[in-house]
Amino acid sequence: MSNNETVFRTIDSKRAFDLKRFMFQWEWLLLIIFIAINIINSSLSQNFLDKDNILSAISLFSDKAILVFPMMMVILLGEIDISIASTMALSGVIMGVSYQNGVPMPLAIILALITGSICGFINGFILVKFKELSSMIVTLSTMILYRGVANIILENNAVTKFPTWYNFFGWGKVFGIPVILLFFIVEAVIFAYIIHFTSFGRKIYAMGNNIVATRYSGIKTDEMKIVIYTTMGLFSAIAAIFLTSKMASVRSSIALGYELDVITMVVLGGVSNLGGKGRVIGVIISTFIIGFLRYGLGIVNVQAQVTLVIIGLLLIISVSIPNLRSILKK
Amino acid sequence: MLPYFKRIINQNIREIAVFIVIIFLATFTNIRSGGNFFTSQNINDVLVESAVMVIMSMGMMMVIITTGIDLSVGSIMALSAMVATTIMKNNLTISPVVVILIAMGVGLLCGLINGVFISYVNIPPIIVTLGMMNVFRGLAYVVSKGSWVLQQDMSKSFMSIATTKVLGINMMVIFAIVVVIVNNYFMNYSRRGREIYAVGNSEESAKISGINTKKVKLFVYSIMGVLAGLGGILYVCKYAASQGETAKGYELNIIAACVLGGVSVSGGTGKVYGAVLGALLLGVLTNALPLLNVSPFWQEFVKGAIILISILANVLISRRVQKKAIERRATDVK
Repeated sequence: MSNNETVFRTIDSKRAFDLKRFMFQWEWLLLIIFIAINIINSSLSQNFLDKDNILSAISLFSDKAILVFPMMMVILLGEIDISIASTMALSGVIMGVSYQNGVPMPLAIILALITGSICGFINGFILVKFKELSSMIVTLSTMILYRGVANIILENNAVTKFPTWYNFFGWGKVFGIPVILLFFIVEAVIFAYIIHFTSFGRKIYAMGNNIVATRYSGIKTDEMKIVIYTTMGLFSAIAAIFLTSKMASVRSSIALGYELDVITMVVLGGVSNLGGKGRVIGVIISTFIIGFLRYGLGIVNVQAQVTLVIIGLLLIISVSIPNLRSILKK
Repeated sequence: MLPYFKRIINQNIREIAVFIVIIFLATFTNIRSGGNFFTSQNINDVLVESAVMVIMSMGMMMVIITTGIDLSVGSIMALSAMVATTIMKNNLTISPVVVILIAMGVGLLCGLINGVFISYVNIPPIIVTLGMMNVFRGLAYVVSKGSWVLQQDMSKSFMSIATTKVLGINMMVIFAIVVVIVNNYFMNYSRRGREIYAVGNSEESAKISGINTKKVKLFVYSIMGVLAGLGGILYVCKYAASQGETAKGYELNIIAACVLGGVSVSGGTGKVYGAVLGALLLGVLTNALPLLNVSPFWQEFVKGAIILISILANVLISRRVQKKAIERRATDVK
């Protein structure tokens, strides 16, 4: 019963305006949390609202933010990809090693992008050819595999001494705005358009709601899945470029644990991990919530480990709230 | 007689495949390393190495059979071991039995929290355990205030658990054997054990046939917690150090062991001895790679490749089995 309702609600984009439904949206709650975090933080520390501090805080979490939208597409399908951090490491390592061996930097960057796309493609291809396997377990094994390849290539060395213009991705500013933030904004607009206003986006929601029915209505679900996973891989490589530019070095151990942060951002943004539910605006707000929470807690000198506890609790509590409401109603 | 054996083999094809891989790997390693694998010392090392993994995979197996997953086990291991060893640090005369019980108690509490959120608040297991993985790990740091509990802070009787031998078998291995025997009886011959399989096959039909699926799930995650507590304290005992980073990423090994042992992630299937074999395979692999002079940088790759190949092979095998079953039915009809 409730399943039919969700199908109806998400597929029918031209529904009438309903004030009550509008007021009880997940995104409002997120906005309240976001404002509350900012109020608490700025009352705790005067440095919080400093413009430069905020901009540097944003560029600190932006490399994770880049991964949020493709991950949202993956989760909208009802799937998951936990191999992204390893894909980042592998494409970063490929870039670093090829540059070290005399490949010009622009070409090395392209090589990294290709590597990331291939990693994503492999994930999608296995999932399509072996439908019995869940994406959790496939990407778990490729996560170990990709990191393993990165380990083999670079062992425990580091590649440094990139050309100076390469710093631009991580630290450069255009009109006083960090490049990485500009990229995030452009990416957000493009993905919001694709997910909400194109037939490709509608097909993603349809697949997340019922993949069999979607296939029977003539949509090439296999191709869709491969395209989405390849996009995920490509953006992992892009994130790797920004991250390595910021750190000015490449190691095979970069980006450890990124997948958890990214998944937390997406799920907190109201994207149901059963698929087919969630909006881009929610994901944007939740990205900023987590980023600013980290920044604020850092400013008032909370231990990194306590931050872990807070973010974990935030994830679970925020996901519980809608369910608790329906449980109390019973 | 022959058809009977054929059926047995068909039913256990995955587990037999894992067993053959273990034997092959062990023999190969033994030949390449000049007889260094099949020494009693090395076999003992392999078993001790696998013991914690076997214990934990018993719990993870139940979780995966109910189509769930538990990513927080590594953190539960760290937290429960940290609480228990911190208490021991402040009171060295405490009996090792009590230390183990404390760790298991903390584990139970963690597992209960996971279970309540998963079964009663109805949040998907991967989300709950992903969040709790951060929470428990963070709490382990908070409890220890960032410091380590080292060998000199642990009582001698506790430390001796990892080295004592009973009838020539290491104490850790005995723990593992007991857990496996109890779990084998539980999963195959007890009512609750069969209910776990039923929930994994189809939660809806399990509910209709009168099984309290919520209770079953809560139970499964609690047991996982208890076993993670036990595994954590044994892990710490073996390495003689307890810290916030204890067993970080260990959950992947445990999940890999279960998947290698033929526990299907789509739920409902998986045998106790399959999971044991999976854990042993990982243990043998970890032991064999250094003996084969494989560079440590290759180890992760080899592990990943073996896991990927085995899950793909698993699918291919089960497709074949199904196809054969259909063919057989078709000829029966004729």
